[in-house]
Amino acid sequence: MKSSVITFPGSNCDRDMDVALKKFGFKNKMVWHADVELPKSDLVVLPGGFSYGDYLRCGSMASKSKIMQSVINFANSGGMVMGICNGFQILVETGLVPGVLLRNKYLEFICKNVFVKINDKKNKYFKNVDNEVLEFHIAHNEGNYFCTNDQLKEIEDNNQIAIKYCDENGKIEDQFNPNGSIKNIAGIFNKEKNVLGMMPHPERMIDTSLSGEDGSLFFKNLINNLK
Amino acid sequence: MKISVIITLKKDVLDPQGKVIHQTLDGMGFDDVNEVRQGKYFEIDTKETDNDKAKAKVEEMCKKLLANLVIENYKIIDLK
Repeated sequence: MKSSVITFPGSNCDRDMDVALKKFGFKNKMVWHADVELPKSDLVVLPGGFSYGDYLRCGSMASKSKIMQSVINFANSGGMVMGICNGFQILVETGLVPGVLLRNKYLEFICKNVFVKINDKKNKYFKNVDNEVLEFHIAHNEGNYFCTNDQLKEIEDNNQIAIKYCDENGKIEDQFNPNGSIKNIAGIFNKEKNVLGMMPHPERMIDTSLSGEDGSLFFKNLINNLK
Repeated sequence: MKISVIITLKKDVLDPQGKVIHQTLDGMGFDDVNEVRQGKYFEIDTKETDNDKAKAKVEEMCKKLLANLVIENYKIIDLK
């Protein structure tokens, strides 16, 4: 399985993602934002970080960079595209996934482990994951998912919510919502579910001695689903 | 030609920064403020000399980059 991680000026989780993808069997290539052509890939990842210093709106500049037209074409032809954290912000700015990510409700940068409940398994990202709840890491200032009421209805009708913030038992309540996201949304799909944007970082949970291994579950499962 | 643009958050979008600014103003004694909403201001100097064309281009810039129309409105306020 071949993957590509796009590096934008200000990306800082690109190499972590590279390590994670390789650890679970992907042949990964790093791709510079100013490149035009995307290498042949089974999965494209937009990594976390602070592309273009978060100027204007997080992800807005990166969403217009040269490589993104190829990424958009790839996604529109059914290719798997995953955006993590800043990558999620870039995805919403391209319009590949609906909604926006606002400043966190209590105006603080949040950096901690959270639990997320898998909301939909009829997709290549979470199909066959045994767990209902995963422990991931979040680190963001703008992760407060927002969309219009019409968009929310559409997202819910199409089962586009991928994961929701919850407690360790999978209970979804306001108190487990770290950033004020509508409906505790931590990640969403496009309509076809080949594009996934999420705030949590699975690549930070691939080593028990450093953190945890729910990211390992995620990546092992992902590569199996793509085979 | 210089054109100014103001970007504001739509009515229903939460503005935590505006809220904190409001609270701070309140604490400073400006206690007659009803609400504060924070926005963005741009000055764009363009080579275009035709008013209508310049305005149309800036409008396109707003739609494609300067504003995110899910949460923001834009207003072109000044042509000179």
